Amino acid sequence: MAVNRNFRTCPATGLLFHEPAEKLMRWNAVVAVVALLVGGLLAIGVLLTRWQAVHLLAPDTFYQFLTAHGLNMLVYWIIFFEIAILYFASSTLLRCRLAAPGMAWAGFWMMVAGALLNNYSVLRGDSSVMFTSYAPMGAHPTFYLGLILFAVGALIGCFVFFGTLVVAKDEKTYRGSVPLVTFGAITAAIIAVFTIAAGAIILIPTFLWSVGLIEHIDSLMYRTIWWGFGHSSQQINVSAHVAVWYAGAAIVFGAKPMSEKVSRTAFLLYIFFLQLASAHHLLADPGLTSNWKIFNTSYAMYLAVLASMVHGLTVPGSIEVAQRLKGYNNGLFEWLRKAPWDNAPFVAIFISIIVFGFLGGISGVMMGTEQLNLIIHNTLYVPGHFHATVATGTTLAFMGLTYFLIPVMFRREIAFGKLAIWQVYIFGLSMAGLSLFMMGAGTLGAPRRHWDISFAGNAFAHEFPGTAWLMITLMAICGLGALLGGAMYLAITVWSVFLGKKIQTPEFNYVPAKAGVAPAPQPAAQPSTVSATLTSHHGGIGAAGMIAPGTFVLALVFLTSFVLYYFVNWKYLSTVWPLK
Amino acid sequence: MSAILPPPERVWWKEPVDRVELLWIAIALVWCLIMFFMMPYWHVYGQQNLANEAYRTTPEAFAKKADEVIAKYKVREEGPQKTPVVKPPAGSDVYLVARLWNWQPILELQAGKSYRIHLMSMDWLHGFSLQPENINIEVHPGYDHVLTVTPTAPGKYSIICNEYCGINHHTMVSPLYVVK
Repeated sequence: MAVNRNFRTCPATGLLFHEPAEKLMRWNAVVAVVALLVGGLLAIGVLLTRWQAVHLLAPDTFYQFLTAHGLNMLVYWIIFFEIAILYFASSTLLRCRLAAPGMAWAGFWMMVAGALLNNYSVLRGDSSVMFTSYAPMGAHPTFYLGLILFAVGALIGCFVFFGTLVVAKDEKTYRGSVPLVTFGAITAAIIAVFTIAAGAIILIPTFLWSVGLIEHIDSLMYRTIWWGFGHSSQQINVSAHVAVWYAGAAIVFGAKPMSEKVSRTAFLLYIFFLQLASAHHLLADPGLTSNWKIFNTSYAMYLAVLASMVHGLTVPGSIEVAQRLKGYNNGLFEWLRKAPWDNAPFVAIFISIIVFGFLGGISGVMMGTEQLNLIIHNTLYVPGHFHATVATGTTLAFMGLTYFLIPVMFRREIAFGKLAIWQVYIFGLSMAGLSLFMMGAGTLGAPRRHWDISFAGNAFAHEFPGTAWLMITLMAICGLGALLGGAMYLAITVWSVFLGKKIQTPEFNYVPAKAGVAPAPQPAAQPSTVSATLTSHHGGIGAAGMIAPGTFVLALVFLTSFVLYYFVNWKYLSTVWPLK
Repeated sequence: MSAILPPPERVWWKEPVDRVELLWIAIALVWCLIMFFMMPYWHVYGQQNLANEAYRTTPEAFAKKADEVIAKYKVREEGPQKTPVVKPPAGSDVYLVARLWNWQPILELQAGKSYRIHLMSMDWLHGFSLQPENINIEVHPGYDHVLTVTPTAPGKYSIICNEYCGINHHTMVSPLYVVK
């Protein structure tokens, strides 16, 4: 079979798209958005039931909705989108043909089949086992089979990505090292391979157990290995959305990483240490020693947290440098004040960084501290945390990226004009509020995955404090805002892709390239601006010997909140019953 | 000249790093180490730690021990199911059975005294969530998890299940009394 070597250059951005790769990216992104739509519809039922003033669904339907909501959002929306990102970061950024598009399609259809099968099992009504499907609670065999199929498909996608890297190197389509964003995508893909392996190790025996071929699945073993899959898949998201942050800074501002060395080392720390984090789900479990828990939950002395703190500085820092070089060099924050606050990709990424750091990052470390976990485990604090990390951090970053990619890949204008920027603000801020109030309710003891915290009709009913109920109400109000924001996103993207105004480029065509792509770009004639400014005493930008002093001040604000909240939690822990 | 292009300098690892980044990395690293050492510190000086004391056992063996304690120290019955309330002596071993969808027995403990509470599930995973203290511990089938707890203030507490355990998960709640 002849290799398809047709490419087109995007007239607006100069990005190069390989024909089959582009088609795959489009299909993966479209299916991702369909999963988001399904997850979003389910979210309505979940939210309006937990808002006990409405208490919409019956318990069995609620647990069924919650299971499917978790799977469609955390797995299908995110991973389909990530496969598109992997192909973008390899084929497009390296200006190279995608390796084995046929395999990529096979992987894609396996993922689709797996997602459908898994959703079917939940729809049956006998597999409301939640995203975590903790054995010995069992689901229908198709539940596990669907997940396994999906995971194998995703694994194929990862290997197509690795193959593309090899092709790019072999056909010399780029000079020197891969771009930082591609490096981030490589990090995500390596973590994905580990993750899917853990998933296979636990889901295959669980599937065999569900059809009666294996007699017993130990609950502690299940939780230990399952979280190697369940949490690690969230670490793929972290790596992917940090890569998207860097990409956004580059696309919107032309920002260059402050230091390739620092950012790449931070990604490397993710590869080494993020996997250990799955242990922080087991801090309140019997049968594991404190030494094991402490070392693993700290991601080996918090070296992966360090990496996130570094990215949290370097992404806004690189934006600050780019803005200062453009002339916004007055004071600490002119660069930020004069940032394009009406640019949807920028605002999405900015809110993503702030909410991921302040709400998601800090709360994640709290839950992942061995003893503090005792006052958090399985409360609403936990979904509060991951609605900050995944629903705001990852999802909002991906939403921002879509607004950039629809004109580029689908060649349609974004519909409804200014609605996109409103969508970003409404979704981002509501989701942040939802997370915050969930954490508040969790701090007051409200459990997660619970149909009725009023325990109506129960002789032993427990009464939660009024403030917990207030938090639930506030959570619900913010949740309605998030639903609105999500609906706006779906309306804008679906309308733009299928009915949006076509972007016409008269001489548009796919151009065959003989080997790889046309010549690799020539090295820049002049040394890069940032290193030039660095060597020439900052080229006059920045203050106090720093090129990004504003970002540094923001980072110190972050650190102060982190330290205070950390010790507030220890103080709270010290007031509960002594336990040993 | 951006993160979506290859680094312009082929030898990018020799480029100087700005003071902003160096300073932040140093500060962040120190903070990470402080957070790390807080956990062992609390094991030595703090009051709230899990003991790591756990045994593998079977539901039958665990239920048998629980029944012995109930027979010995039962003081009354409560609720529609006539759930036994036990008042064990300070320092003794108490067995709390989690099953679909109740906790058994109801405990009556003395403030300021310590008890060795054994937690285990008879079937699926459950979550021990003591409210309003907000102490939360995972309860496994087959693992007898021993906690030495010291209730502080008298009052009526609740144990709710906070690990999803099926259709009646939200009905799994039990009181716990602490008396003077």
